[in-house]
Amino acid sequence: MRARAVKPSASFEYFMWIFTRLSGMALVSMAVIGMASAFLLGARTQVDLPTLMRWTFFPNPNHVVNSNIPDVAAGWANGFWQIMQILIVFFGATHGFNGLRAVVEDFTGLSAYKPLIRGFIILLWLFVLIAAVYVILAS
Amino acid sequence: MSLSGKVGFFKGLKYQGGIPMITWMLHRITGVGILLFVSIHVISSFFMQQLGSDLATNINIIYESWIFQIVIIFFVIFHALNGLRIAALDLWPRLQSYQHEVLWLEWLVIAPVYGLTIFVLIQNGLIGS
Repeated sequence: MRARAVKPSASFEYFMWIFTRLSGMALVSMAVIGMASAFLLGARTQVDLPTLMRWTFFPNPNHVVNSNIPDVAAGWANGFWQIMQILIVFFGATHGFNGLRAVVEDFTGLSAYKPLIRGFIILLWLFVLIAAVYVILAS
Repeated sequence: MSLSGKVGFFKGLKYQGGIPMITWMLHRITGVGILLFVSIHVISSFFMQQLGSDLATNINIIYESWIFQIVIIFFVIFHALNGLRIAALDLWPRLQSYQHEVLWLEWLVIAPVYGLTIFVLIQNGLIGS
């Protein structure tokens, strides 16, 4: 069996299809970087699983404050991790809300309310994105 | 979904799709679940940080419980590994010929990773960490 060769047109759906794959792989690699850095920066001996999850997906000194690591602020409170978090949040929120759009539009099909549904999802996406970036920059 | 869009939920369940169908369904369910969890988490963090809201603190207590973590960690591990499988098969379409083998490989990777994780979670949860 060979895969069917289709020449894709540069549509919104095609762009989001590519974006979903690329952002998914980017999220996995950023999670690996976050987890490896957590161990390098002193989580080797005294970390529990919830803390490791917080570090893996959102390496923010405010987010991991419940753990017993003495020097949380020293290694994590800098521009590199802020940019990392903003990238994770942007890729994650866009990947997620585009996935929600795909699922919802599979169920609604050709609906007159399509622009309304898309507008609502875009509003939710913007709200989560802005709230998350505010949390990152204010902490 | 069918082209006419008139297949009901229970009729859809009778479709003998096997493991690929179950994986496809789980990918959607876990994706929407993660989106819900992360959105609530981000918004409650925002209100906790800015207003010191009690509601946000109570929401945080729910998903810090080890029973909730058993569910959400399955969602995350499954969605990440299945997503990697989808991306790999899309990037190298010739692998589609071996899609059943790739699916078995995926579950063979998920089983030990998830099994070890919930072993640690249950152990800590029962002992009280």
